[in-house]
Amino acid sequence: MDQQLLNAIFIGSIYALFAVGYTLVFGVLDILNLAHSAVFMFGAALTYSLVVNHGQPFWIATILAIAACALLGLVIEHVCLRPLRRRRAPPIAALISTVGLALIIVAAIEQGQAGTLFGWLWVDGGNSVTFPPGTVPNPTWHVGDLTIEASKVAIIPISIALMLVLGYVIRYTQVGRGLRAVAENPRAARLMGLDVDRMISLTLVISSALGGLAGILFGVALGDISPYIGRDNVEVRGLAVIVLGGMGSVPGAVIGGYLLGLIEVLALVALGSSARGGVAFAALFLMLVLRPQGLFGAQLRERI
Amino acid sequence: MDFFIQLFTDPVTFWNSHTLLIAQIGINSIIASSMFIVLYSGQLSLAAPGFMAIGAYTSVLMDLYWHTPLAVNIAAGVALAGVVGVLVGLPVLRLRGVFLAIATIGFIEALRLGVILNVPITGEGLGLKNIDADPLNGIYLVLVCLAVVLFLIWRLTKGRLGAAWSAIRQDELAALSQGINVARYKMIAFVLSAVVAGFGGALEAHLQTFVDPGDQQYGVTRAVQILSFAVLGGSGHFLGPVVGALVVTTLPWIFVQALNYINIVTGLFLIAVIIFRPQGIVGRGGLAIIRPAWWPRRDRVRAPSPG
Repeated sequence: MDQQLLNAIFIGSIYALFAVGYTLVFGVLDILNLAHSAVFMFGAALTYSLVVNHGQPFWIATILAIAACALLGLVIEHVCLRPLRRRRAPPIAALISTVGLALIIVAAIEQGQAGTLFGWLWVDGGNSVTFPPGTVPNPTWHVGDLTIEASKVAIIPISIALMLVLGYVIRYTQVGRGLRAVAENPRAARLMGLDVDRMISLTLVISSALGGLAGILFGVALGDISPYIGRDNVEVRGLAVIVLGGMGSVPGAVIGGYLLGLIEVLALVALGSSARGGVAFAALFLMLVLRPQGLFGAQLRERI
Repeated sequence: MDFFIQLFTDPVTFWNSHTLLIAQIGINSIIASSMFIVLYSGQLSLAAPGFMAIGAYTSVLMDLYWHTPLAVNIAAGVALAGVVGVLVGLPVLRLRGVFLAIATIGFIEALRLGVILNVPITGEGLGLKNIDADPLNGIYLVLVCLAVVLFLIWRLTKGRLGAAWSAIRQDELAALSQGINVARYKMIAFVLSAVVAGFGGALEAHLQTFVDPGDQQYGVTRAVQILSFAVLGGSGHFLGPVVGALVVTTLPWIFVQALNYINIVTGLFLIAVIIFRPQGIVGRGGLAIIRPAWWPRRDRVRAPSPG
């Protein structure tokens, strides 16, 4: 049980880190960025590829992959979101354009095999791979009947520190005030002399970098990297997390992430592994029906 | 290009060699039409795959255990989808926009992961073998059903119900103050959409020898795909979703040269269409881009597409 609780905390940290990026974009733009789970997968896949296929040290690979994910955030903004804002398209259109980009990213990794168009990016096609032992520093301790792996435990302080930094930036700095102003009312923010487009680009960059980092941590800790980890593990769970915490609320997403990790582990212990997924979505459904603003959401506004 | 050349020079061979594709387009059109009903009434519901699963599993299970005729099976699947539609609609229809979308995603995933994969009678993760499937002759049934569904939706959108849905989509508060029973009309749209989706699911199961509980079939991936049919085709006109389903389903045949990279082409296509025609292919102005100049047109103010 203790081991399960530890697992709940570390998988919760990954959910939280992923969902913070998700909820940040929703808070500022009122748009669900469905390409976020593809960015998650891209971070993990690129790190693996840099370490195993290109022989880079793990730390350099991590930094390069996070930078690439941040760039991907800019691509999302410039290709999928900005043209639609210019044309005053309904927000539902942004769902389709981000899904289109997610399809492209996943297909590029999925089709990556040695000697093909995307061979430089990924060589394992649709297979699931894991870091070879020794490429990632991973000391392991045994305390009582607990097994503590550094790669899993490290996730917890990393995510908490990052989320504290993000919370500080949003609440107390000039940039954070700008972001909150754009979230509140983009037109008023523009009239106050804010560069709204730049603020939105910045949001996407932060969000995608966090999403990519969450993917890297997931790939290292669970040893499962494939083109489908985003779709299978976090795409819909990320939605559950931001609903549990309240749409658009960053602290809510953090609490929601840990809460979902806990709910899933409790379901696993009480009902067996097959019930794990279903319970999470039943919780999501109940939460929306009973308290749609989430645990920490502000008053519900009409958004579509 | 061969695809189109064959379509125009040798339609009989085309029909014979692409029967399954045409049937799939028909099924996708029916399901996209179910998505159209909810979008037309201003609700972003992604529940269609859940109701499809209910229709499909009910009809196949009845066939396997009771050997009842196809019509009875499909009717039972549709009825059950409608009942579940009422039960799900009652709590979730208070939600709007993205919240409704996420709640319905919760519904379909809880149904798929929680119920279908855990109840022994559904074959759990292995799926169900449908021994009485009829992939080749089912196409006529599908096309007739598509025509009936489209005719019904066309009549409904032209009548009192359609006017109420349109009013709710454009401004819920204004509709309410005009004396429109918003909750009731939204419920009608949601249940009708559930019934059509259940019907489409039961028909699809009849065409396939195997009912697969995968994400591509009854999960979020399918829901997003159906949404892309409806939005890409245009959700302001009842033919929009059909055009969307037709175009997106035939993309792999149109871009045959793309081979394995077809998903990249599809993604680029989705982005390009939505950027250049955010209202959909059959968007504002109805069939304006394909209507010839001499075709008589009625000038009137058109409602903006939902969203």
